[in-house]
Order: sequence, then structure tokens, then C-alpha cells
Amino acid sequence: MSATVTARREPSGPPARVSSRRLTERVFRIREFGIIAVLVVFVAITTAIQPSFLNEQNIQFLLINTTVFALLALGETIVVVSRNVDLSIGSVLGLSAYLSAGLFGEHHGIPVPVVFLAGLGIGLACGIANGFMVAVGRVPSLVVTLATLYIIRGIDTLIVGGNEVTAQTLPNAFTNIAHASVAGVPYVAIAVAVVIGLGAYYLRTFRSGRELYAIGSNPEAARLAGIGVGRRVFTAFTISGGIAGVAGVLWAAQYQTIDSLAGTGYELTVISAVVVGGVAIFGGSGSAVGAAVGALLLSSINSALNVLGISQLWLEAISGFLLLVAITLDRVISVKLAAALRRRSSGGGT
Amino acid sequence: MEPDLNASAVSGGPGSEVPGGAAAALRAAAPSALRWESGLAVLVVAIIIFGAMVSPQFLTSGNFFNTGVTSGEIAIMALPMTLIIISGEIDLSVASTLGMSSALLGYLWAKHWPMLAIFVMVALLGIVAGLINGLLVTRVGLPSLAVTIGTLALYRGVALILLGPNTISNFPAGYTNIGVLPIPHTQLPYNVAIFAVLAVIFGIVLHATATGRSIYAMGASPEAALFAGIRVKRIKTMLFVTSGLVCALAGVLWTFRLATAVQNNGYGQELAVVAVVLLGGVSIFGGKGSLAGVVLAVIAFAGLQNALLLTNFNQEATGIVIGGLLLVSVFAPNLIALRRVGLPRWARFRSPRGRA
Repeated sequence: MSATVTARREPSGPPARVSSRRLTERVFRIREFGIIAVLVVFVAITTAIQPSFLNEQNIQFLLINTTVFALLALGETIVVVSRNVDLSIGSVLGLSAYLSAGLFGEHHGIPVPVVFLAGLGIGLACGIANGFMVAVGRVPSLVVTLATLYIIRGIDTLIVGGNEVTAQTLPNAFTNIAHASVAGVPYVAIAVAVVIGLGAYYLRTFRSGRELYAIGSNPEAARLAGIGVGRRVFTAFTISGGIAGVAGVLWAAQYQTIDSLAGTGYELTVISAVVVGGVAIFGGSGSAVGAAVGALLLSSINSALNVLGISQLWLEAISGFLLLVAITLDRVISVKLAAALRRRSSGGGT
Repeated sequence: MEPDLNASAVSGGPGSEVPGGAAAALRAAAPSALRWESGLAVLVVAIIIFGAMVSPQFLTSGNFFNTGVTSGEIAIMALPMTLIIISGEIDLSVASTLGMSSALLGYLWAKHWPMLAIFVMVALLGIVAGLINGLLVTRVGLPSLAVTIGTLALYRGVALILLGPNTISNFPAGYTNIGVLPIPHTQLPYNVAIFAVLAVIFGIVLHATATGRSIYAMGASPEAALFAGIRVKRIKTMLFVTSGLVCALAGVLWTFRLATAVQNNGYGQELAVVAVVLLGGVSIFGGKGSLAGVVLAVIAFAGLQNALLLTNFNQEATGIVIGGLLLVSVFAPNLIALRRVGLPRWARFRSPRGRA
């Protein structure tokens, strides 16, 4: 690494301002445009081979399938950016899906928004428990959320037993959520896009959002800089839990049959989407939009395999491979970027 | 607590030359080094008493066989995982490596390969799987958490591609008997015997060799270990390769025990393996833990699961108990140490090279 720095140092003639602009340009490109470019190229190639990939029905299907993952990816991004991880989201989703959708069977005519609030409440409760243990108990989030992954799934199993919520008990007003659309775009996709937009804006602009990045970059420095690390991390887990709770209700509306296995294994898929979307697994960088695009890319690959008639069996291997490529590229680029930064600062000195 | 454990093994182990010094070191180190293992031993005894109380079947030899045989592969995979976590990394791809090996075994058997050649191929596959993890972590410099989440999907994906929805189950009875018959003249299932042998080997490597000390050193401080001349990257790569190979072995055992090769063999078990290792007192940050603790945790895990199975407790809900134990295992020492710690523990979540 240092070899390239010294080798390239000689010809760096241009003034600092130009090279700094080039630098910001590069950063800009890398973080979100990289993944968007991959998505566009991927969609273009797939459409060229099989034009029906971009027909209205397929796009709708794709968007609806992405909503739950994209939502979960937003919550996970907020946590991962602060150098933590939330492995419990799949279990939270399952618990929330069963309990909230089960309300329709127990209380006839219960309004749909109340059910969403119930899901949100369940998720928030789980998130608060996680956040409390991580921030106050000072236990690594990987361990805490690994434990709550088991515990929440266990509670779910105890409650559900051998039962399941079936489509017959769900009112049309609820099941239509997943299908209703305006001008071909499903309402759910619009709503989720708005939520992700708000989340991205929060992370990017709000002080508390920025502080999450600071914590993720260097927790010790963040503490010394006066950031309430524990409070921020607690909030991040609470938000992630709440989002997983709402995602559970959406999941229920989409799949309509909910047993004790709902959402099993989602945590690792969502983390894959987040990392593919350019969020560094050890915090400090990445955006909610990138993570959402990561989720969209994974769903698109799924859908493309379907449309192209390639066996679904390839999906898992491809998404795993993609994740490895994404993190390797990210690593290579960040090493280069560090070299460029060093070159710039040394260029400014001379 | 940190230095005690290291000190106990460094000065307490070969310390018989200076009796006074060794005794002093032992006295200083013993309380905290032994606390965790003795706590686990008490837990194991409590679980045995609990099991014996809830069901007269619990302490029968047939039940001993069942308990062992159903937990054998998890226990086997926990051994290399222990070393990897102590070295400061993690391997989440273990269960997928198991599944991929199982799938390859079934795939080649369906293609009428001789069993010996299949074993060689499966072992090679495990080594390659571990090597990919190891090289991406050490040579490319990626965080092992992210790498092995990727290979978790990739290896499971390969299993899917190999077998698809098929189930291969026409293995010869001579092999599949390991799931129902103990080793002749004993009550020991084969996979438990293999676990015991491997546990001794891993225990010796970890606690009685220079490599073992290096693993602790690199977990406690990778940079200091590097400056001390330890081949951090090489040892870590070897650990991942070992993990791949051992998981391939676990895959073979799993396949024969259930007499079926399907693509989802061992699905989701990686977290159980990690949970057992952490319950065994191994620090997720690396540098701390002992193999004896993990062996005790394996016994506690298997015994508890079996005891709950014998009661009318919902089988699937055992996660509550396991998750609860895991939480207790991390909270207990943290609550004690809370006042001493300046920096919160989670904040020391391992950082990748170059960003710390």
C-alpha cells in the first residue's frame, strides 16, 4: 500500500482543489452510484434477454417482494452504521406478524391501522429490550441479538404452538394492502420508499443521525467528543425493532398464512442486502438508500432467475457470491481511497 | 480478568520448576480462571439433577446415546469455532459447509463413486471452503463476520445446486448404522467418540503449544501479536481451513446418522455452534476462553435440550432457554466488571484492519 503511495506521489502536479474535487466525486460514485449502476446494468441485460422482465406485472411483483426486505434493511442500516448488528429482526418479524394479524381473528372489524400500531408496539418492545441490554448492560450486540433471536423465536413458538393465522380470518382491507396500486406502482412500495427516504434524510442530516456514523467510525473518539453513545445506540436498536415489527405486519398482509416459522433466517439475508448496498459491516459508512437498493438488487436477481428460466436453486449461491464481491470491491476501493487521501495530504504539504 | 487467564497458562502451566512462584501465580490466577468452568460444572450437575427429576428415562444408557448422537456434530463444529473466536475472528459458514459436504457426499454417491474417493473429495471441499474464508479474511483483509455471512449463503447455495430438491438415502447400512448403534462394547455413539478425540487434540493445541498461545495473543491484540513475530495471517488461515475440514467431517457424520443427504442438512445450526462456544466462556472479542469451558457448555447444551425434550415442553421453544443461558453467560461477568470498565464492551467490537 505504501509503495503505491510513494510511486504515485511524484507526478501529482494539479492543485489541491482539483484533486479534492476528484476525490469527493469518487466517494460519491462509489457509495451509492456503484450499486445503482450494478442494478441498472443487471436489469438492462436481463431485459435484453427476456423483455417480459420489465412488464408491469413483473415490476409490481418485484416491488412488493422487495418492500419487507427494504424496510428491514433500513432498520439494520441504522444499527450497523453504529458498529452494531441486529440479528433478532427475523424473529421480531415473525412474532409481530403472528400476533398482529391474529388480532383480526380475535376482534372482528378491528381497523387496519390499529393492527399496524400493534405490530409497531411489539417491535418497539423487542428493540427496547435489545437496546437496553446492549447500551446499559454493555454486552456486545452480536451476542445479545443472537440470544434474543432464539428467545423471541421461542416465545413466538410457544404462543403459536401448532396453529397458524390463515387467509380466511384476514379482512380484504388488510390483504389488499399488498396488491393495491396507483398507476402501476403498489401503494406499499410508495409508502416504504417514503419511509426509507425519511430514514436516509434522518441519517444524513440530523445531528443524532450523524452521531451514529461518528460512533460507528470510532466509538472511543465519539465518546470523547461528548456524544451520548449509549443513548444513540439504544435509539438505533429501538428503531430497528420498531421497523421489524411493522415489517411483520406487511409480511402478514403479503403472505397471509402465518405460522411460527415466519421470517426465519431473514436476518442474514437482510445483512447481505445492507452490505451489498455499501454499508460497512463495522460501521461508520453507508446509506439507507444504498441498503434499499441492495435489497432491490437481491430481489431483482431472484426475479430474473425466474423470468430467465434459470433454476431458483442458483439464487442462494449467487447472492452469497455477490456479497463477497461487494465487500471485496469495497475493501479494494477503500484501500485505494486511503492511498489517494494520503497522496493528497502529502501533495498539499509540498 | 483478562490477564489472569493468560497468566495462569503461561506461568502456571510449566511452572513446577519454581514451586513458590508457581503456587503464587496459581493462587492469583485460579479464582477468575476457574470461576467460569466451575460455574458451568455446577450448571451441568444442575441440569442432570433436573433431567433425572423430570423423567426416569433421563439417566438411562439409551437416552445417553440419544443425547450424544443428536448433539455430536454441533459439538464437533464447536471445537474449531472455539479457536477461531479466541483468535478474534468468527466463522458463520460452518453449518453451510456441513450442508455442502453432505450434499457432495450424496451427489457423488448417486453417481456411483466409491466411498473412499467420495471421502477424499468431501475433505478437499471442506479444505477449499475453509481456505476461501481464510484468504478473504487474512489476505484481502475483510471482516470475518461479513465474509462468512457471504460464504454461508454461497456454500448453502452450492449444496442447493448439487442436490436441488432431491434426497439421497440409499447409503449402505454399514455407514448409516452410526446413527443407531454405539461403538461395539461401549455406549458411545461414533460422533461423540470422534468429538472426544478431537476435543483432546484441540485442547492440546490450544493450551499446550506455542501455536495455541499465539492464538490467544492475536485475539487479545492482533497488532501486538504481529509485532511479537507471530504469523497472524498464516495461523488464522490455518484455523479457517481446519474449521472447513472439521465441518466436512461433521457433514459426513450428519449424513450417515440421518441416512439422508439433503441440501438443507444442518440449516441454521451456525448460530447454535456460536451460542455453545460463547456459553463456554469464550469472549466474542477474542483472546479469552478455554476448551474445557466449551466442552462443559456442549454437555450442558445437550443435556438441557434432552431434558426439555423428555418433559412436555415445546421442543421448538427450547430456544428460550438456550438464548436465556447465553444472555446470563455474558451478563454475569459484565455486571461484575461493570464498574471497572471505562469503555463499554460493545464499543470494542472488533474493527477490521486499517480502520481501527
